[in-house]
Amino acid sequence: MFARSFLRWQLLALAAMAGSLHAAEANVAVAANFADPIKAVASVLQKTTGHTLKITVGATGGLYAQIKNGAPFDVMLAADTKTPAQLETDGLAQPHSRFTYATGKLVLWSADAAKVDAQGSVLKGEDFRKLAIANPKTAPYGAAAVEVMNKLGLSAALTPKLVQGESIGQTYNFAHTGNAEIAFVAMSQVLNEGRLKNGSMWVVPQNLYAPIQQDAVLLKRAADNEAAVALMKLLKSDNIKTLIRSYGYSI
Amino acid sequence: MLLTPSDLQAIGLTLQVASLTTLILLLVGVPLAWWLARSPSAWSRPIGALVSMPLVLPPSVLGFYLLVLMGPHGPVGQWTQALGLGVLTFSFPGLVIASVFYSLPFMVQPVQNAMQSLGDRPLEAAASLRASPLDTFLTVVLPLCKPGLVTGVIMSFAHTVGEFGVVLMVGGNIPGVTRVISVQIFDHVEALEYGDAHRLAAIMLGFSFVVLLTLQLYNRRQRVRQA
Repeated sequence: MFARSFLRWQLLALAAMAGSLHAAEANVAVAANFADPIKAVASVLQKTTGHTLKITVGATGGLYAQIKNGAPFDVMLAADTKTPAQLETDGLAQPHSRFTYATGKLVLWSADAAKVDAQGSVLKGEDFRKLAIANPKTAPYGAAAVEVMNKLGLSAALTPKLVQGESIGQTYNFAHTGNAEIAFVAMSQVLNEGRLKNGSMWVVPQNLYAPIQQDAVLLKRAADNEAAVALMKLLKSDNIKTLIRSYGYSI
Repeated sequence: MLLTPSDLQAIGLTLQVASLTTLILLLVGVPLAWWLARSPSAWSRPIGALVSMPLVLPPSVLGFYLLVLMGPHGPVGQWTQALGLGVLTFSFPGLVIASVFYSLPFMVQPVQNAMQSLGDRPLEAAASLRASPLDTFLTVVLPLCKPGLVTGVIMSFAHTVGEFGVVLMVGGNIPGVTRVISVQIFDHVEALEYGDAHRLAAIMLGFSFVVLLTLQLYNRRQRVRQA
């Protein structure tokens, strides 16, 4: 009896050692607005645990469709709460693993430092050719942008000028290259260490759109993936929360 | 088959882009093919390689460069703005220009092959009858190269209809302006509207089969005729 439980302890200790010796790897599906922060999170994870992340960035809806169709992801960091909840309903997610890792902010941004004013009144003028938004069907930041235009009563006036990116990442690119003078993007894309990287922005007031709560979920296949489990734990730590805030999220 | 209004709009737009692109390619590609087939210039090889590059380049490479070049800060963008044409990205004309580059080899290669296989004799015969070079080109070369021209037209049209990566990058998915069939299918799939995606995708499947079958039957008839 004693011998058997001793053996079990030995095995467990061995397994733990093996775990720390052989760093695991997880595939992470990440909403495009979180592309920059996840790289910082991944490097913290690698330094503290040795685990590595393989990151796929896309629109939340697109990533969801991929997961539904068998894409081998271990963790999903969505840009909404709906998609992770749906993954749970679909039986594709680990029950009770879901939590909010960030609440995103929408900004109107231009690569031109003189284009966007602090009240966003550029939207009402004729001073731009194209306004880029993310596809509202697949990207929550796109849906939020549509909500803002509706609330401001500008939808009809702005529709002829709209150009859609497939994700918030492509939307940012349209504005970054100057092909669209202004764009509704995620604050995290235009900030670096809490400061505007370049250009000009209007932080859209929170009363103009529903909060963009972003949930993370551990997927079924990753129940035993140490890297995935470690990432979920890390995202809840105070250090990482501070890091996430520096990209303009609240949490 | 129930297509949504936006599906029909995408189909109409795609047909417009493909027809216009094919027309421009006939005007630009055929003389270019002639030059590539006959020119003794050392430049003809590198330019021939350049023309064929869209065959092997990822569409995202072509799309990326066109986005940067035609954008407001790019050289082409500066030039079109100076001419009063505005910026061409995210516009129908921009999409057509991108398609012309994208489908160029599909027009030039079959026409050039046909012209090369002509040999010198028909040209010498025409010259001995005192036909001008232009006259020879229009009344001797083009009719003799008809199979190559037909293949070029059909392939350019069909290839443009199937364009995706380039459109997504320089077009930006604007309904009625740049949202072509392939982007519409991508949209349906991303939004999990599989029924809609299936209907459009099935149409494309049928279309490409019919195109390629027609081409095969046509080519066989040509061979039988020649034999």
